[in-house]
Amino acid sequence: MKTTSQQRNRQEHRKARRFDRGIAVKLLAYLDSHGQAFFSSLGRLLRMPFTSLMAIAVLAIAIALAGGFYIIVANMQQLTGSLESSNQISLFLKSNVSQQQGRTLADKLAARADIRRVKLISKQQALEEFKKYSGFGDALKALQQNPLPHVIQVLPENILFETPEIKQLLEELQQLPEVDFAQMDMQWVKRLQAIMQLARRGVMLLSFLLGLAVLFITGNTIRLELQSRRDEVVIAKLVGATHAFIQRPFLYSGFWYGFFAGVIAWLVVLCMVLLLEQPVERIASLYDGYFQVLFFGVGETLLLLLISAVLGVLGAWLVLNYQLRQLQPQ
Amino acid sequence: MLRFDHVCKRYPDAGDALMDVSFHLGYGEMAFLTGHSGAGKSTLLKLIAVIERCTRGQLFFDGQNLNRAGERQIPFIRRKLGLIFQDYKLLNDRTIFDNVALPLIVAGYSPQEIPRRVRAALDKVGLLGQEKKFPLLLSGGEQQRVGIARAVVHKPAMILADEPTGNLDPELSLEIMRLFEQFKQVGVTVLIASHDIDLITQMGYRTLRLDHGRLAAD
Repeated sequence: MKTTSQQRNRQEHRKARRFDRGIAVKLLAYLDSHGQAFFSSLGRLLRMPFTSLMAIAVLAIAIALAGGFYIIVANMQQLTGSLESSNQISLFLKSNVSQQQGRTLADKLAARADIRRVKLISKQQALEEFKKYSGFGDALKALQQNPLPHVIQVLPENILFETPEIKQLLEELQQLPEVDFAQMDMQWVKRLQAIMQLARRGVMLLSFLLGLAVLFITGNTIRLELQSRRDEVVIAKLVGATHAFIQRPFLYSGFWYGFFAGVIAWLVVLCMVLLLEQPVERIASLYDGYFQVLFFGVGETLLLLLISAVLGVLGAWLVLNYQLRQLQPQ
Repeated sequence: MLRFDHVCKRYPDAGDALMDVSFHLGYGEMAFLTGHSGAGKSTLLKLIAVIERCTRGQLFFDGQNLNRAGERQIPFIRRKLGLIFQDYKLLNDRTIFDNVALPLIVAGYSPQEIPRRVRAALDKVGLLGQEKKFPLLLSGGEQQRVGIARAVVHKPAMILADEPTGNLDPELSLEIMRLFEQFKQVGVTVLIASHDIDLITQMGYRTLRLDHGRLAAD
């Protein structure tokens, strides 16, 4: 009795082990088929370098356009980012107000609780600065008198946000008898930010369209590849290949197209940045600014390659899903 | 193994190809399918391989109703079949080995097992040692034998051959038929479509004759 149950146990155990080995073999064969598709699609790409290079170049241009615009906007954003904190008010004093009167007013304002800091820029200082940085030095010498007013820069206590209190402060300062015109710098920063937002939205839209282009270009390339391997597909179907098996190498082809296009696009944008770096830095120095041209970081580079590869696979998948059904043995 | 039950096939543009065809083929049986060209021989074979679907009637293969087989099941039905064609349908840019290995790769056999089975199949058709050659370097008879090796490499339950000797001279044709006979002897069901009456009578197996889509003689 005991021995038979033991025997049965052993038998079941053996059966289970055989089953496990069966699964392991199937899994191994499955992975092998993936590996084969992975490398054979790469091999096919390299074996016809001209055709694949043409397709990859077109894809790379589309991706580089999107990536390039992204970099431009990122750089402009860096520019406005440094301005974000400035919420200061400039008071342009009336031309008949003397520097002494201006100083008195500045001291009076500095004593207020809702004002953090005050700085007086006299008309002489302003002119010197203007001569130095604008490049109009010689032209300004021709002027009989200084056309610039004294300016008081007021930094409110609350510098980050535009609150009703700041608006009220602005109106109050505007009412001062010495003040000709009060301007909140925040306003143009805001406008700039609004423009940047528009630019960002624009880049997003453009990237979306270029992404669609990548999708369709890969799709078409894969369609041509499928046409040239028609016989192979039909015969594979006749000997019992599943849909997944047949489309696998083509999906990997799409992957390689997208991936290589991403790499080339990255290089193209790098060249663009290197070419533009010097002139941009010259402009920055002329405006007395420090500006470091931004390029893709590691994360952004990986994201670029990932998106390119995914678009390649997706483009291939869209076409295969339709075309493989059409391609039936006769 | 195979049962046709009042099967009809009508092509939308070419009309009726098969009308009310009924027959039964047992496990391990070998039979010929004959008739004038256009009688429906190829259509009948296509129905078994689910390349076409019948318009009326029932079709059973290995206990499975082919009318009810979904798209996803078709590959697995075809893996039970070995298909042989008049024009061989070999991939001319692949070696003999790769051509014969295709059904095994498709079915997910392990990389260790594939070479062993391919050699066994090539040995059976007398082409061992030619694995590295390309199909176009072989004669017609040899190419057809590669096609047969590919059809039997995965040990199918049934072999379907559509005019397998259509492009071969009588001597080679008989050789190919003897090969089919060997598979029958190890238990494979074999159905061969052919219009070569002399050869068929010489072999002396069950013969199904189609005439204008109807089964005229069994």
